[in-house]
Amino acid sequence: MHHANLPSSNERFIMSATAQIHLTHLQRLEAEAIHIMREVVSEAQNPVMLYSVGKDSAVMLHLAMKAFYPSKPPFPLLHVDTGWKFKEMISFRDDLVAKLGLELLTHTNPEGLADGVGPFTHGSAVHTDIMKTQGLKQALDKYQFDAAFGGARRDEEKSRAKERIFSFRSAQHQWDPKNQRPELWSIYNVQKHEGESIRVFPLSNWTELDIWQYIHLEQIPIVPLYFAAERPVVERDGTLIMVDDDRMPLKDDEQPILKNVRFRTLGCYPLTGAVESTADTLQAIIQEMLLTRTSERQGRVIDHDQSASMEKKKQEGYF
Amino acid sequence: MHQSDLISSDIDAYLKAHENKSLLRFITCGSVDDGKSTLIGRLLYESKMIFEDQLTALEQDSKKVGTQGENIDFALLVDGLAAEREQGITIDVAYRFFATEHRKFIVADTPGHEQYTRNMATGASTADLAVLLIDARQGVLTQTKRHAFIASQLGVRHIVLAVNKMDLVDYSEKVFNEIVDDFKTFADQLDIPNLHAIPVSALAGDNVVDGSRYMPWYEGPSLLGYLEGVDVEAEETSLPFRMPVQWVNRPDLDFRGYAGRVAGGIVRPGDDVRVLPSGKQSKIARIVTMDSDLDEGVSGQSVTLTLTDEIDISRGDVIATSETPPEISDQFDTTIIWLSEEPMLPGRSYRMKTSSRLVSATVNAPKHKTDVNTLQKLPAKTLQLNEIGNCTLAVDRPIAFDSYNENRQTGSFILIDRMTNNTVGMGMINFPLRRAANIHWQNLDINKAANAEQKGQSPAVLWFTGLSGSGKSTIANEVQRRLFASGRHSFILDGDNVRHGLNRDLGFTDADRVENIRRVAEVSKLMVDAGLITLVSFISPFRAERDLARNLMEEGEFIEIFVNTPLSVAESRDPKGLYKKARAGNLRNFTGIDSPYEAPENPEIEINTDDMSLEDAAERVINGLIERGIIEA
Ligand SMILES: Nc1nc2c(ncn2[C@@H]2O[C@H](COP(=O)(O)OP(=O)(O)OP(=O)(O)O)[C@@H](O)[C@H]2O)c(=O)[nH]1
Ligand SMILES: [Mg+2]
Repeated sequence: MHHANLPSSNERFIMSATAQIHLTHLQRLEAEAIHIMREVVSEAQNPVMLYSVGKDSAVMLHLAMKAFYPSKPPFPLLHVDTGWKFKEMISFRDDLVAKLGLELLTHTNPEGLADGVGPFTHGSAVHTDIMKTQGLKQALDKYQFDAAFGGARRDEEKSRAKERIFSFRSAQHQWDPKNQRPELWSIYNVQKHEGESIRVFPLSNWTELDIWQYIHLEQIPIVPLYFAAERPVVERDGTLIMVDDDRMPLKDDEQPILKNVRFRTLGCYPLTGAVESTADTLQAIIQEMLLTRTSERQGRVIDHDQSASMEKKKQEGYF
Repeated sequence: MHQSDLISSDIDAYLKAHENKSLLRFITCGSVDDGKSTLIGRLLYESKMIFEDQLTALEQDSKKVGTQGENIDFALLVDGLAAEREQGITIDVAYRFFATEHRKFIVADTPGHEQYTRNMATGASTADLAVLLIDARQGVLTQTKRHAFIASQLGVRHIVLAVNKMDLVDYSEKVFNEIVDDFKTFADQLDIPNLHAIPVSALAGDNVVDGSRYMPWYEGPSLLGYLEGVDVEAEETSLPFRMPVQWVNRPDLDFRGYAGRVAGGIVRPGDDVRVLPSGKQSKIARIVTMDSDLDEGVSGQSVTLTLTDEIDISRGDVIATSETPPEISDQFDTTIIWLSEEPMLPGRSYRMKTSSRLVSATVNAPKHKTDVNTLQKLPAKTLQLNEIGNCTLAVDRPIAFDSYNENRQTGSFILIDRMTNNTVGMGMINFPLRRAANIHWQNLDINKAANAEQKGQSPAVLWFTGLSGSGKSTIANEVQRRLFASGRHSFILDGDNVRHGLNRDLGFTDADRVENIRRVAEVSKLMVDAGLITLVSFISPFRAERDLARNLMEEGEFIEIFVNTPLSVAESRDPKGLYKKARAGNLRNFTGIDSPYEAPENPEIEINTDDMSLEDAAERVINGLIERGIIEA
């Protein structure tokens, strides 16, 4: 990996014509995210950070390390493991958590596990609902977390663009999009009733480009799956699916072939499409992203159903 | 070289350029259906922020639920909620992002519908600039004015008036000029330092990104051209340094840091600082970040400060430059926008959150509310949803603050309902009501406790309230006689007497009555500090002002004595002939006749002079003092 030489923090301010010091937009986004995290830690009783191992989680975790330095982030990480994540995600996760010395909780829906729920046998919708949405609710209830950080961004999707930074959920984890609290200035109302919880999105105002550029500037480690490499894939319904383990049933005419691919987004391997690419550096990834004409979510099999599908899932308690 | 060429030829150079772009946060606002969402959709579309898969979805959606027949309905790019798409209106703010060669933009598309005004305010509270749309066929509407007023109240200094749907008025210069003139007549009364008008068609794209071949008469920049060039740099770094403490960082016994976001100015190691509200002084030792210690922290940055002295600082305190520290007060004159269906309740205790402090606040009845259409100041007893008014507010402990027009971050607050936990109001502090309680408070060695101990009593205020002629002064006089006889130190502040001197300049309008009471309350507080039992005998007709007086004193010090004499009885006594004059119309604003008397709801002591002798009345007051431990039996 190549990295541009990092200038020292102080050289990074922009000096305007009037010799005033201004922050760059990334510095502003960073400061905003840190401010949000500190508010939550100060006012919530039992916060947690949802850590999904993807690039947005990587940035969010990095910001948490900064927000509380020299202390460690005063909350655990929670990974809702559907059992179908890429192997490389799990090993990356465990290495990083060990290196940073943080507490990691993992949760897999035990009933789903017992019933053998998976994307191949039950389809993407059922799998996502049981292993991801229900799994998350179980974990939040089990540990009584009242505030959970998530790495979602408003530029990802139309209904996300409508969501507040502090998003309230009923005791049943439901989101009421028509009745969101006004969110004024950067004064966040963290008051809630017993049983209610808050999802907090410190990266709300970041774009995909901001995330990559920040990863580049701050040299944040990310799962190697984001970089192009030869990987075994099969093509299904126009989507390249990586054969990550032998649980993937192959049809008679299917034969995994080695292709130079990478992933723009990471999730359950059977539900995450790869793109053919030679981008094996951060600069190349950013370049490819800027030149491509499709959105990152296109690689997610679950989002294709219908226009308002994300809003519906969120009302049901999806993160 | 063009930006997109740079991406393929020299990505490092592109990234460098992108990294140094400035940021502009703006909103679109205006009346319902003026084309706000369409305009944003158009901006995103033309700045190539829409991906192919999103475009395919947009084309399908447009056919299904769009308002444009077979054509693309750009509003669907931002109206992302199912209910919005069904109804064809915007309900809540959508935040979208795009960038040009020079700038990054965060745009909040806000709803035009009056019912959702609070969502518009949500968007406006963080905006540098507002694009205010007007439907060229409709001209300036009430909602246009409401949004302009809210934007200006929230300190949005730049407004772009986008006269939209020019395609539907034959791109007429005359129509455009009339609307602009009309709006300017209104806007002249507002504080909008920078106003610029552009004729556009959001639907057809005229003057949105490129110019318009139909409007050669307009020579200014397109909307995007304007947004790219406008100078919005708020001079936050030139403000005096402030940092509200969010979190105290104590990883071990050797490190104690104060984490927060700089809310104005610049801070450097070695700077002299004051911690508020305690007023303690220290120096900045380090500005700690994970990367390295900084030589300076600037407004907007999240940092962790350490000080050279061990002083007690907790969340909600403000660390500020000791040269020009913020003010400290517990009572404010504020502008409030009400955000809840439940009207504001003067006197009720709300939670109030400022940048990082949560306190209890009581709002007094509005001095007035503003009619957004005419900007007239109207009398008001409360504020309803979306109304804007001027209210005084008292908090349960002194807090550090700046006025909103000096500092948007240290001058703003929200009000939270204790039952529902909802954010019910947003407010801007104009000025403190008690300048005396500023940080430059002198700590005196001979304090209230010492004064009281010397006199062998607990100081208190006996606040006699009731109609003119109810018997306040007579009873107060008798009570004081008895206190004197038993060796107590007391003093009477009598309404009529004080109006001869200290309050000689005040009349009997509502405003003057409030000021009359405020001054007396302050004087009685000084007397309590001197250790005296202070008897105040004032009509003091308004509950809010009596509460104000009560709030000045410590718990248990304020004893409200309601001299409850019916109007008919007081009028029949008429010792000064004033009721007669008032009835004859020769005395205006007379309490009980043409000015209201608000009876106390929970007075400590109530005396009905109708069926009680003067001796019994005085006896009851003295007994009340004994019960409360003010004096011994
Ligand atoms: N002819 C014409 N129609 C337009 C123009 N701009 C918007 N419209 C139409 O006006 C209608 C309302 O547009 P929206 O963009 O939804 O209006 P809005 O201001 O966002 O409405 P709310 O958010 O609900 O207040 C839609 O049918 C648009 O297609 C324009 O420039 N010309
Ligand atoms: Mg709209």
